[in-house]
Amino acid sequence: MATKQTLDIDYTKYNFRDSTEDYEYKFPKGLTREVVEKISAIKKEPDWMLQFRLRAYDHFVKRPLPMWGGDLTTLKFDDMLYYASPTEKKSRSWEDVPAYIKDTFDKLGIPEAERKFLGGVGAQYESEVVYHSLREDLAKKGIIFTDTDTALREYPEIFKKYFGTVIPPEDNKFAALNSAVWSGGSFIYVPPGVNVDVPLQAYFRINTQNMGQFERTLIIADENSRLHYIEGCTAPIYSTDSLHSAVVEIIARPGAHVRYTTIQNWSNDVYNLVTKRAYAYANATVEWVDGNLGSKLTMKYPSIYLLGPGAKGEILSVAFAGKGQHQDAGGKVVHLAPHTTSRITSKSVSKDGGRTTYRGLLHVAKGAKGVKSTVRCDALLLDEYSRTDTYPYNEINEDDATTSHEATVGKIGDDQLFYLMSRGLSEQEALSMIVMGFMEPFTKELPMEYAIELNRLIQMEMAGSVG
Amino acid sequence: MPTTLEIKDLHVSIEGKQILKGVNLKVTQGEIHAVMGPNGSGKSTLANTLMGHPKYKVESGDILVNGESILGLPPDARAKKGLFLAFQYPLEISGVPLAQFLRAAYRSLRGETPKNADSKGVGGEMISALAFKKKLEEKLKEVDMDPAFAKRYLNEGFSGGEKKRAEVLQMAILQPAIAIMDETDSGLDIDAVRKVAEVVAHMAGPEMGVLLITHYQRILDYIKPQFVHVMVNGRIFRSGGPELAKMLEERGYSWVEQEAAATAT
Repeated sequence: MATKQTLDIDYTKYNFRDSTEDYEYKFPKGLTREVVEKISAIKKEPDWMLQFRLRAYDHFVKRPLPMWGGDLTTLKFDDMLYYASPTEKKSRSWEDVPAYIKDTFDKLGIPEAERKFLGGVGAQYESEVVYHSLREDLAKKGIIFTDTDTALREYPEIFKKYFGTVIPPEDNKFAALNSAVWSGGSFIYVPPGVNVDVPLQAYFRINTQNMGQFERTLIIADENSRLHYIEGCTAPIYSTDSLHSAVVEIIARPGAHVRYTTIQNWSNDVYNLVTKRAYAYANATVEWVDGNLGSKLTMKYPSIYLLGPGAKGEILSVAFAGKGQHQDAGGKVVHLAPHTTSRITSKSVSKDGGRTTYRGLLHVAKGAKGVKSTVRCDALLLDEYSRTDTYPYNEINEDDATTSHEATVGKIGDDQLFYLMSRGLSEQEALSMIVMGFMEPFTKELPMEYAIELNRLIQMEMAGSVG
Repeated sequence: MPTTLEIKDLHVSIEGKQILKGVNLKVTQGEIHAVMGPNGSGKSTLANTLMGHPKYKVESGDILVNGESILGLPPDARAKKGLFLAFQYPLEISGVPLAQFLRAAYRSLRGETPKNADSKGVGGEMISALAFKKKLEEKLKEVDMDPAFAKRYLNEGFSGGEKKRAEVLQMAILQPAIAIMDETDSGLDIDAVRKVAEVVAHMAGPEMGVLLITHYQRILDYIKPQFVHVMVNGRIFRSGGPELAKMLEERGYSWVEQEAAATAT
């Protein structure tokens, strides 16, 4: 709600930074074979993982930058750090977390959130997970929720069975980069028939200047299980470019239901280049709820492969591009089995010269009979300097597929503003309200505190857009 | 002191076209004025100009609230001075629930801030949210609207009649000192006109002044104006009491237009 008091909240509290001197391992800038080997050695990984990383590194070096999407030419791979660890050992309980990190998390409100309804907290500080608590009842149900490094050590069999199977390193240049240097991220396994009735959450942030963050998340929902995973991001403000390149793999086994919610608010110098893909087997449902604010350039197209009959996929994506920002986002659905259904809904807002791009793929394979799919993208342009483009790709190989695509580009009219202002709302409150209303189909899917947070972020982004 | 709205020799143009050509009118809180006139006479222009629509350009003259010019003020500042405009064509705002919007407006008009709220803005406003919900439910009942409308998006998918009722609902919640009603009766059937008019009539009194803009006399059966003004070709052509409205109903607008034309030559 566009009331005065929420607009006045001081978000500079997120603009903190800590001294980086306490970190134990300090790598040289740039990516080499040796860096990859060192990362694997420090983590004491099995040989297969080292080989996986090296295979990925080789591909990363060979693979050219994508020729489409946003401008990646200012990305300097040689100026970046590829690994850093704030503490040698992970902390199990809040008391063990070093004070300066705790201080940062306090500012982010993580302990508070935990008290409320967290099922478990996985908080990534730099590349290493330092704090990860698991509620006992989750463990009792056989649910594994841990950071990905720990999962590799403690659950080697299930890890090896699924890791890298949905997104192989050769998928794209940034998946290769992540595969070579990944650190941290969340690993979740839900046993057959288990319903995780509270959302599992993790918080991420980037701190060290010029440090890429390459978390790797792997979620396996076994047959007829149910899971909602939430990932929220905030980032402090820095003046030089940094890179976030995550890989998220989801496997929804037959009858499973997985929802993955993200709200990302990177600082305006971050390249956010993320590969997210899910496999949905027979009668499984996968939902990506993906909100993108901040960053310099985001390229992210959560995708769903519908592999078994009756599988369902839903992608709900919003993007907000302000000055100097490009949000190149969308979604991909690949129908590989009969009677599969999908829906993609994209909402984007551009202001102050910001640019949003919807890029989507709908693929219906030969033999996938009775497919139903709807794609809807709505763009809102707040001024004449901003830009929005739509690139929908449709590859329909079965005649009986029912597909629809709708795209709209809107502007806020004088009459709408006049109407709201005539009731006593300031111009900024009125604009915020219209934008929040535009985002409502997305916001209403979020847990309440995330919805409040998102609306507050929108109000912040809208501040200063008047006059 | 009751709030006064004074319009002085107001000249207004839209996109270079002169619409109002010297309107004079004074409405005091507690009074009911009806402005009647044929289509195209400038009634809606008057309403929108009073509220400050950016499309309407004031060429000369003045609009005063309590003796102070409001010409330089944006619509929200005018609302805070006690003005309200019930729109002829209310706008649809997708994704914004009616209750949420109205509460934001209500708080904004009163300059309310949640003093006890925590840093996330949660807590302090909970009680007033409940109180507001109750108030809204009462008013919804008064205007004969289903309580479900509170959660509907503002005017989206409302029928013409529902939109007009929602305007009166907003007016009842926000309690302006002077309500400008732009053809609130148009598009309503006889029963709906009566219902809406009864609510307005109930509100009108020492607390609220009304500037009722209408093409038809029928709404005046329920909202009894003390003053009736006939607007023709951008001017108030004649002012009088309720008998003037009766005369218009019996004789139509053509005689006024003829007389106005005769006067002009």
